[in-house]
Amino acid sequence: MSSARNLTAALRRARVPRPRLALRPIQFTPLTARTFSASTRNADSREIKFTSDAYPNLKRNPNFGEISADDVAHFKELLGSQSAVIDGVTTDATDDIEPFNSDWMRKYRGHTRLVLKPGNAQEVSKVLKYCNERKLAVVPQGGNTGLVGGSVPVFDEIVINTSRMNQIRSFDPASGVLVADAGVILEVADQYLAEHDHLFPLDLGAKGSCHIGGNVSTNAGGLRLLRYGSLHGSVLGLEAVLPDGTIMDALSTLRKNNTGYDLKQLFIGSEGTIGLVTAVSILCPPRPKAVNVAYFGLESFDHVQKAFLAAKGQLSEILSAFELMDGRSQSLVRESTGNKYPLEGEYPFYCLVETSGSNAEHDMAKLESFLESVMGDGIVADGVLAQDETQFQALWRWREGITESLSHLGGTYKYDVSIPLSDLYLLVEDCKARLTEMGFVGDDDSFPVRAVVGYGHMGDSNLHLNVSVRQYNKEVEKAIEPWVYEWIQKRKGSISAEHGLGVAKREFIGYSQNETMVKLMKQLKSVYDPNGIMNPYKYI
Amino acid sequence: MSGLRILVPIKRVIDYAIKPRINKAQTGVETAGVKHSLNPFDELSIEEAVRLRERKGPIKVEDILALSAGGPKAPDVLRTAMAMGADRAFHIDVPDKGDGGPEPLTVAKMLQAVVKEQNINLVLLGKQAIDGDQGQTGQMLAGLLGWPQATQASKVEIKDEAGTVEVTHEVDGGVETLRAKLPMVITTDLRLNEPRYASLPNIMKAKKKPLEKKTLADLGVEDVRRLKTVRVIEPPPRKGGGKVEDVDGLVSKLKELGAL
Repeated sequence: MSSARNLTAALRRARVPRPRLALRPIQFTPLTARTFSASTRNADSREIKFTSDAYPNLKRNPNFGEISADDVAHFKELLGSQSAVIDGVTTDATDDIEPFNSDWMRKYRGHTRLVLKPGNAQEVSKVLKYCNERKLAVVPQGGNTGLVGGSVPVFDEIVINTSRMNQIRSFDPASGVLVADAGVILEVADQYLAEHDHLFPLDLGAKGSCHIGGNVSTNAGGLRLLRYGSLHGSVLGLEAVLPDGTIMDALSTLRKNNTGYDLKQLFIGSEGTIGLVTAVSILCPPRPKAVNVAYFGLESFDHVQKAFLAAKGQLSEILSAFELMDGRSQSLVRESTGNKYPLEGEYPFYCLVETSGSNAEHDMAKLESFLESVMGDGIVADGVLAQDETQFQALWRWREGITESLSHLGGTYKYDVSIPLSDLYLLVEDCKARLTEMGFVGDDDSFPVRAVVGYGHMGDSNLHLNVSVRQYNKEVEKAIEPWVYEWIQKRKGSISAEHGLGVAKREFIGYSQNETMVKLMKQLKSVYDPNGIMNPYKYI
Repeated sequence: MSGLRILVPIKRVIDYAIKPRINKAQTGVETAGVKHSLNPFDELSIEEAVRLRERKGPIKVEDILALSAGGPKAPDVLRTAMAMGADRAFHIDVPDKGDGGPEPLTVAKMLQAVVKEQNINLVLLGKQAIDGDQGQTGQMLAGLLGWPQATQASKVEIKDEAGTVEVTHEVDGGVETLRAKLPMVITTDLRLNEPRYASLPNIMKAKKKPLEKKTLADLGVEDVRRLKTVRVIEPPPRKGGGKVEDVDGLVSKLKELGAL
């Protein structure tokens, strides 16, 4: 570990960006590394590249103050408890700080030397007020499971982690409104709700680590948006702290409240750039009593669209997920897990359809007539229906396991895009054709690209285009970007459907928002955060 | 031997992945509104019966009969069995009384009657149902029939046309291979195979396969109970640990508990 320490020490002396390497080594991480501990980090000998090196055009804002020993002493006094401050300024805490400095994909890494874990909104308020006066930049951080580098520092921004704010404040079974601190882990919130026969209206792969405050701040979408809608609808109220320390108490539990501007909406999806969310009030639906899942093999994307329309029409109110996976994504899952395909033959497209309802017989009757019609009409070539909970989970793993399988096989260029449904898969085909034509795609190690795959939330017109590479390669990157963004712009799509902007997509916002919109956003940012201390170098 | 006529008795139980809860009267587990599915060991038996047919061994599989005793929902699992490949099914109607159903001896007697009536020469059962966890039915049935039995099979092989069967099962520190002649009773264990998914075309076909309803009386068996469940209670809940804020907190907590 001495090398890591020396490197950090060197960086403390002089923050000179290192020249960007043309070829980044593959950074392989087992998925267990999602729940970081210092030791797993230490065990990995390969370093994550600093974001400041990967993005040499990012320069530290000279207006920001430098953290001093006095500042640290102030924070320690302010937060009282020892565990609330991880001090890398006056002590050597490199190993303790590292998990807060980098993301789980090992793509982004900052230089922070201070992590604060306030225990409530008052403490957050005091911290931010002080930072604002001293012009110390901060990064709000939840479970640190983001995909665009939004929750890790770029330079020496102070990390304000929400993990100590982890209390469920109240739940009203009559209205289904849950009020909880920002640092409550999504799965913990859902388990709590399960005891009360309710469900958190958001579900995603990282549920075991991500915080609900982070979910709200990034407007996470997830697997069941189709059924339960966006957080812009289900979040009823927020408590947030503004950069000047003002506590914004908008923690309403009302479904209807037409009094003035709906300011809480600004904090949903603003990635901590105008304030830090400290508590959430959210409307939770009753937990479905009967859940079924079917897995289909289909001959073409045209058939997939027909199946989706049939599902919407015939399953309507019980349809809770309609996920698309292409054949290649499933063969990668098989390669990496060694599991047997659920279906006998191989198909170019697969779909996973889930229903959730309150009456098992009623749901089954509906599902069976739907299955009969799609099989009878030849829309679906083959399919299986989970007969028990174990099969239910096994089928879901074919969808949820894609991200993990890709990470086992090397690097991945990930694009999370929203495109009108009819063109959804065309992007994958075009991208594959383009990269193949340029000679990047091949089966052996001399080709940088292993596969171009597409999967995603068909029900929300949300596609994940993933280019699985054997090693991160500048040439490949140049071939994809900005081509992919231009492609999306032409079809009036969104370059970031649910992952957000963070560091990764910041410079590309222009492909999905016009100049006026970006200008208005910047105005808003300067109203709430005139010193620009909140999550700098990101978003817009 | 002419052909294999296999009987696969199956049971509808609370889903393996669901945590069972004790009912308020403390007489058993709560079954209302809880997801039920096919007993996982029985899934293995059906899969094995279907594989014996697909393997095209020395003896042709002539018939796979799935059977379940239970209330009005029992046909659900029988349809699953037929979607997986069983040819036909018997539903022995036994009303759901929330009392765990007939005892193993009753079930064994019922199966004995079916074996005789249907001229069965191989019975493949799960080694136990995950609700009652009795694990007795297969053995009792073999005793009643006077047939050889091989329990907890991890491999089943029909060796020749004369009906020699080799069954491997796991024992402490190794495996044991048994050889017997048909007719026989085999109970299945987890490592035997990996059950297939019920495919949509087969689910459709299963709807048209014959499902016959019978009663215990039809088979000349009476639902006698020799045991009475007095009380069912949960194990005492595990006491959760507390979190300490820091090292000082830990030390004072340890002192408080007298560990230091």
